[in-house]
Amino acid sequence: MKERPLSPHLQVYRLPLTAWVSITHRATGVFLSLGMIVLVVFLLAVAQGPESYALVHSFLQSLVGRFFLWAWIYSLLFHLCHGFRHLIWDTGHGFERETLNRFAAYEIAASLVLLILVFSLALL
Amino acid sequence: MNYQTPLARARGLGSARQGSHDWWQQRVSAVALVPLSLWLAAYLAILPEATHAEVVRWISLPWNTILLLSFILLSLFHAMLGLQVVIEDYIHNDWMKILGMLGIKLITAFLALSTAFSVLRIVFVGVHG
Repeated sequence: MKERPLSPHLQVYRLPLTAWVSITHRATGVFLSLGMIVLVVFLLAVAQGPESYALVHSFLQSLVGRFFLWAWIYSLLFHLCHGFRHLIWDTGHGFERETLNRFAAYEIAASLVLLILVFSLALL
Repeated sequence: MNYQTPLARARGLGSARQGSHDWWQQRVSAVALVPLSLWLAAYLAILPEATHAEVVRWISLPWNTILLLSFILLSLFHAMLGLQVVIEDYIHNDWMKILGMLGIKLITAFLALSTAFSVLRIVFVGVHG
C-alpha cells in the first residue's frame, strides 16, 4: 500500500488534555500490570520466609524501590480516576466538548488529592 | 472447485455474538476494583516500614486475606483484558498477535496461581521466622 499521510498528524497536532489523559490511562495500565509481577513476587517471598522477605524488603526500602512503589500507587490512583470517567462515559454521558477537558482536569485533581490522602495516611 | 457451503466458509470468520462480553467483564471488574484499590493503596504506602512478622499477621486477618485475594485476582483478570486490547491495537502481525495473546493469558494465570499459593500458605500453613 502507498504511504499516505495519517490523521491526526501527531508531530504538528497539539493534543488536547483529554487525549493526554487517555494515553496516560493506557500507559499506567501497562505499568500497573508489570507491577503486579512485583506484587506477586513479594507475596511469594513472604510465604517463603524471613530470609526471602529480607531481600524484597531491602529493595522496597531502597530509593529506587520507594520510587517505583510510589509511581505504582499514583498510577493506580490515576487509572482509578480515569477509569471512573470511563464508567460515566459508558452510561452515555459526558461526551460534550466542554465537559471532556473539564473532567480531565477533575480527574488529575482527584488523583492528586487521593495521593496526598494516601501519603498522609502513611505518615500517621 | 470449492465444495464448502457458504455457511461453512463464513463460520469462524465473523461475529460470534460475544463481542461485548470482554467489554462487560472489564467494566464489572473495574467497579469492584474501585474500593479494593483505595483500600490497598493505603496499606501499600506503609509497606516499606513493615517487618516480615507484621506482613504475615496482616495478611492472616480474615478481612485482609479475602480483600487481598480479591484485589490481586480481579486485577490480574482486568489486566489480562486490558493488555489484550493493547496488543490488538498495536500488533498487526498475526503470529505475533496470537503469541502475545497466549502469553498474556498464561502469564496472568500463572501469577494468579502463585498468588493463591502464597496467600493460602501464609494463612493456613503459617510462616515463622
